[in-house]
Amino acid sequence: MTTKLATQERVSLHFNPRKPATSTNDKIVGSVSHGVLMLWSAIVILPLLWTVMSSFKTSSEIFSSPFALPAQWRFDNYARAWTEAGIGSYFLNSVIVVGAALIIVMVLGSMCAYVLARYTFPGAKAIYYLMLAGLTFPIFLAMVPLFFILRNMGLLNTLPGLIVTYVGFALPFTVFFLFSFFKSLPHEITEAAALDGAGEWRTFFQVMLPMAKPGLASVAIFNFLGLWNQFLIPVSINAAGPRVLSQGLAAFAGQMGYAVDFGALFAAVTVTVVPVLIIYIIFQRQLQGSVSQGTSK
Amino acid sequence: MTAVVPRQSTQATPTHLPDGDSEPAAVVIRKRRKKLTFDKVSFMAVFLGLPLAIYLLFVISPFAQAFYYSMTDWSGFSPTMNFTGLDNYRRIFTDDIFMKAMSNNIILVIFLPIITIVLSLILATFVTVGGSSRGQIKGLRNSSFYRVVSFFPYTIPAIAIGIMWGQIYDPSNGLLNGILTAIGLENFESYPWLGDKNTAMIATMFVIVWGFVGFYMVLFVAGIKGIPAELFEAARIDGAGRFRTAVSITIPLIRDNIQTAYVYMGILALDAFVYMAALNSGGGPDNSTLVMAQQLFFTAFNKGQFGLASAMGVVLAVTTLIFSGLVFLMNRLTGGDKDVSL
Repeated sequence: MTTKLATQERVSLHFNPRKPATSTNDKIVGSVSHGVLMLWSAIVILPLLWTVMSSFKTSSEIFSSPFALPAQWRFDNYARAWTEAGIGSYFLNSVIVVGAALIIVMVLGSMCAYVLARYTFPGAKAIYYLMLAGLTFPIFLAMVPLFFILRNMGLLNTLPGLIVTYVGFALPFTVFFLFSFFKSLPHEITEAAALDGAGEWRTFFQVMLPMAKPGLASVAIFNFLGLWNQFLIPVSINAAGPRVLSQGLAAFAGQMGYAVDFGALFAAVTVTVVPVLIIYIIFQRQLQGSVSQGTSK
Repeated sequence: MTAVVPRQSTQATPTHLPDGDSEPAAVVIRKRRKKLTFDKVSFMAVFLGLPLAIYLLFVISPFAQAFYYSMTDWSGFSPTMNFTGLDNYRRIFTDDIFMKAMSNNIILVIFLPIITIVLSLILATFVTVGGSSRGQIKGLRNSSFYRVVSFFPYTIPAIAIGIMWGQIYDPSNGLLNGILTAIGLENFESYPWLGDKNTAMIATMFVIVWGFVGFYMVLFVAGIKGIPAELFEAARIDGAGRFRTAVSITIPLIRDNIQTAYVYMGILALDAFVYMAALNSGGGPDNSTLVMAQQLFFTAFNKGQFGLASAMGVVLAVTTLIFSGLVFLMNRLTGGDKDVSL
C-alpha cells in the first residue's frame, strides 16, 4: 500500500506542474483551519476562565468591571458557597446518589444485557423493545405518576427514592450499549467455562464480566455524566428532600435576586464545573474512544 | 506374546479414548442447555427479574399511567377523579400560552439541530482534512487540543451552563456586553440579551449550541476517521478539491452519524427545560422562551393540575415520536443507497 502510494505521488509530481501553488494553498487551508478552530476554542474557554476569575472577586468588583482581575484573590467566596449556600452538602449528596445509582445500574444493566444477548427464551424480543420504548419516551411524561408512586412507597423526597429512579432511567441505555457488547463476545468461552464446571453464576461474574471491561468503562462514564448532570428528576421528585448539586445550584441562583453575593455564585458554579472537568481531562482518551464506539453500532 | 499385548493396548487407547471422552461431554453440555437446573432458574430469575422489576415499576408503569391520568381531572390530592375523556386535550389546544410554548419548541427543533450539526461538521472537517494535500491523507496537526477543549462544555452540568451564561448575558456587568463596549459598540452598554423578546430566543439557542457542538464534533471526527483512506485518495486522484471531497464523500458516508445527531438534538430541543429554567425561569419576555416542558412542570407541581399536566406530557411525547419518525422517513426518502455507491 505504501509503495503504491509513493508511486502515485511520484506520478502526480510529474504531471502536476503547479506544485508550489498547491503547497501555498495547503498553508492557507492549514492556517484557516487553525484560525477557525482556535476561535471556537476561545469561545469555549473564555466564559469558563471568566467564571473562575469572577469567583475570586467581591460583588462590587464584579459590578465595576467584568474584566479587571480581583484586587485580592478572595477564597472566602468559596468558603461561603461551600458552607452558607450549602454547596458542600449538596456535593456530598450528589456523590452518594450518583455513586450508588451508578454501581447498581452497572450491575443490573450488565446482568440484564447478558441474559438478553446470550439466551433465547420466549419474550426476549418483547423485553428488548420495552427497553427501546423507555429510551425514546421523554422523561417528562413519567414525572407526574412517578411522583405518586414514590409518595405511596414513602420514598418521595429521599435519597434512596432518587437512587432507585436514577437506576430505572439509566437502565435502558446501559442495557442497549452492553447488549451489543455481550453479543460480540465469543461463544466458545462460555462453553469452555461450562466444560470446566463453572455454573451460570460463576461464568458471568468470573469469565464474562471481566471480558466486558472496556464496554463497562464506556457505559459507566456516560452514565456518570448523565446522572451527575440530571436536573429534571431531582426537582420533580426530590423538591423538598436533601438537595443534590444541580438542584442546589439552581436554588442558590434563584435566591440571587434578593441577596446579592455574586462572588459566591461564581464560586459555586466553579465548584460544580471543575471536578468533572478534571476527571474528563484525565479520562479524555477513554471517553473520546467511547463516543465513536457508542455510535458506530 | 508378551510383546504383542502392550502393542495392542497402545493401539487401542489412542483410537478409543477421544471417542469415549468427547461423547459424554457433548451430552452433558446439551443436557445442561435444555434442562432447567436450579442454577439456571435462579440465574435467570435474578439476572432478568431484578432489573426488569425496577424498570417496570419506576419507568414503564409511570409512562403507562400518564396516558390514563391525561384523561382525568385529577388534582393529585383529591381521593376521587373523574374520567373526562379528551377534555384536557381540548383545553391544551385552546390554551394560548401552551400553544406559544409549542411554537417555541417547534422553532427550537427546526433551528437547533441544523445550526449545531453544520457548525460541528465544519469544525470536524477542518480537524480531519485540514492537513497537507500531498502524500497520505492527514488530519490537522495538533488537532487533539481542539477536540479536547471543544468537548469541555459537554462535561458541565446543563444547569451550571445556564447559570454561567445568565451571568455572561447580564446587561450591566456581564462578559458579553463588556467585550462589546470594549470594542467600541456603545449601544450594548446595558443591552438585556435575555430581557428583550427579540434576542432572548437567539441568545438561549446559542447557549445550547455552545454546549453540544464539541460533542458532535468528536462524534463526526470519529465517523470521518472510520472512512477508509483509499476513498479520499481516490477522490483526490480524480481531482476533487477539499470542499468537493467534504460534500460528496465525507457527508454521505457519515450520514448515519448525522442522522443520530439530528434525532438526539431534536429530542433535546423538544425538552430544553434545564436551559430555559436557568436562563429565564419565568418563560422570558412575552413568553418568548417558554417551552412545553416548563408549562408542564408549572401545571403539575405549582398548580397541582396533574391530569392536565399528564395530557401535556402525552402531547410532548407524541411530538417527539412524530419528529423521530420524520427524520427516519426523510433519510429513507432521500435514500442512503444512492450516495454510498461512489
